Amino acid sequence: MDTAVRELSYSQAIQEAMAIALEADERVILMGEDIGVYGGAFQVTGDLIERFGPERVIDTPISELGGAGVAVGAAVTGLRPIFEFQFSDFATLAMEQIVNQAAKMRYMLGGAVSVPLVMRFPAGSGTGAAAQHSQSLEAWLGHVPGLKVIQPSTPHDVKGMLLAAVADPDPVMIFEHKLLYKMKGPVPEGHYTVPIGKAAIRRDGKDLTIVATSIMVHKALEAAETLAGEGIDIEVVDLRSIRPLDRETIIASVKKTSRLLCVYEGVKTLGIGAEISATIAESEAFDYLDAPIVRLGGSETPIPYNPELEKAAVPQVPDIVAAARDLVSGVR
Amino acid sequence: MAAPSLAADTRDTKNLPFLYRHYPREELLGALRRMHLIRKFEEGAEESYMRGLIHGTMHLSIGQEASAVGICLPLTREDQITSTHRGHGHCIAKGAEVKRMFAEFFGKTTGYCGGRGGSMHIADVSTGNLGANGIVGGGIPIAVGAALTAKRLNTGKVVVSFFGDGANNEGAFHEALNMAAVWKLPVVFVCENNKYGMSTSTERSTAVPNIADRAAAYAMPGVIVDGNDLSAVAQASHEAVERARRGEGPSLIECKTYRYRGHSKSDRNRYRTKDEIDEWMANRDPIERYEAELSAFGIATAEELEAVREAVRAEIAAGIDFAKESPAPVVADLADYVYTEQN
Ligand SMILES: Cc1ncc(C[n+]2csc(CCOP(=O)(O)OP(=O)(O)O)c2C)c(N)n1
Ligand SMILES: [Mg+2]
Repeated sequence: MDTAVRELSYSQAIQEAMAIALEADERVILMGEDIGVYGGAFQVTGDLIERFGPERVIDTPISELGGAGVAVGAAVTGLRPIFEFQFSDFATLAMEQIVNQAAKMRYMLGGAVSVPLVMRFPAGSGTGAAAQHSQSLEAWLGHVPGLKVIQPSTPHDVKGMLLAAVADPDPVMIFEHKLLYKMKGPVPEGHYTVPIGKAAIRRDGKDLTIVATSIMVHKALEAAETLAGEGIDIEVVDLRSIRPLDRETIIASVKKTSRLLCVYEGVKTLGIGAEISATIAESEAFDYLDAPIVRLGGSETPIPYNPELEKAAVPQVPDIVAAARDLVSGVR
Repeated sequence: MAAPSLAADTRDTKNLPFLYRHYPREELLGALRRMHLIRKFEEGAEESYMRGLIHGTMHLSIGQEASAVGICLPLTREDQITSTHRGHGHCIAKGAEVKRMFAEFFGKTTGYCGGRGGSMHIADVSTGNLGANGIVGGGIPIAVGAALTAKRLNTGKVVVSFFGDGANNEGAFHEALNMAAVWKLPVVFVCENNKYGMSTSTERSTAVPNIADRAAAYAMPGVIVDGNDLSAVAQASHEAVERARRGEGPSLIECKTYRYRGHSKSDRNRYRTKDEIDEWMANRDPIERYEAELSAFGIATAEELEAVREAVRAEIAAGIDFAKESPAPVVADLADYVYTEQN
């Protein structure tokens, strides 16, 4: 498309994508808590209520289970809801409708219906909001066949992937790290899509592959720049989608670099890193490995309130630098 | 806070509102102290936040002090409460020390949660506060569980569950009230209706005009009180607590009140008018009303009221100093408390 590219923040990119979707298709509605005049807890919906009215930008009561279920019912019968959770943590209240209904309805009914539903989840730590407002639960939903689960890491991708999600006939769960909302980047005007299920190589390298998700992509890139100064050449793969998972890109990268470091914010154990590691262990890339696979994930704790503890609970740039250096220099 | 024996002082109270008939002078001044303590604590926390000494966010209950204090007045230290994201007032009303609350806000080991919880999880289990809650409605079933314990173990305790108007639309509210009623548990549900759940007015969120109307669906008394009138709140609480203690089951009290500050630190107040806020602040302030009554009924002189305020100011200043001077937790202790220590 012949479109201009501007700098937008991640949240502006989401808002623009939703506006385009609302403009293009009468069936699209937004639902969520305080997404109307308040503009959303993170100001992502902003003034969309002024442009599209309260019939299409719908404030729900504080009723996550019911609200999610209403969105599922509307999706099955002809609307295209984009449902915002105020915090991803509150998905826990709606798991019934997401996991038992949205994810399985098409399958259970033998293909008689589709559930074209988009859900948005502000996720992650770093805001001092403590244990019930800081979780990274994407792997929970990634475990459910029938859902698609994505974690766009840039303004460009979040717009394109949200528009791909709206066009998708199946439920798509978008995890948006809260610390990305203010991050700026180039975003083309108008409609475009970024495919769901395709990883992106953010940096070419030959010594080590870092597979990272969401905000960890940026931390990995920062670590890679630091290590470039030491002559270590790192490839950074932005997973973007955890279900479906782009195994080919990961396998090809590890075959090239022979080393793998997985970096993600969700709790390390039983998390995304386990799936990526197993993907390599089960593939032809296994024979190429020159070192054990290493995972850096969230600590085996809830997210604490104290800022120093909070930082220590998730991988930070120095942790990535240290792990990558050890891997490449053969300490591990 | 202990249930007092009838007033020992010699005031002629028989024509006065409930509160003044029922509680002795020291208790009445104690209630005033706690109301001031809540407001000054929150002002102190807000200022520390603005100065970057506290991170995260916080939900202030300034304007709602009569509800917290009045509800807790008939409770013993052993009685329990569950609280909300807007829970500083409940914590103080139930008897917590502000210095340990400040320490928690500053993320220190001396804080009530060892710096792990912050504002949204403030709790003092030793005075019966089972905790604020980051999940709207999260505490309501927990209160019912505590009441189940009280009944099974015959402890005589009553449990109060505070929640906001917004919480009445969560499934947990309805499920919890039903169980409490079916099992006749000693629990009092207290809805602090400040007209909004974040930006959403009760008119826009709730099918019935009053949250107390929900009580009928669960066959329990539903009482509406002016939540800014300390005496009215205390009377409603007293009756519900006594009923629970007698084994007659739960009640729902709706305190109509108002929060002066925004929902949290990110609120632009777009959903309400300045006139509305000003009207509540100018004419219905719970602390001003209570002080006026204490004066009018001859319970405290202007000097005595000022002495209460002065003592509160000193306690707040000392609390902030304590918090600042306290040690922070060390990263090596990150995983403490995930599981119970066993040896
Ligand atoms: C389950 C859940 N949904 C949404 C939120 C976000 N949230 C926090 S407080 C709040 C408003 C609560 O309103 P109300 O119950 O009336 O209490 P108030 O804030 O007015 O004291 C919302 C939507 C949350 N913390 N938990
Ligand atoms: Mg409210």
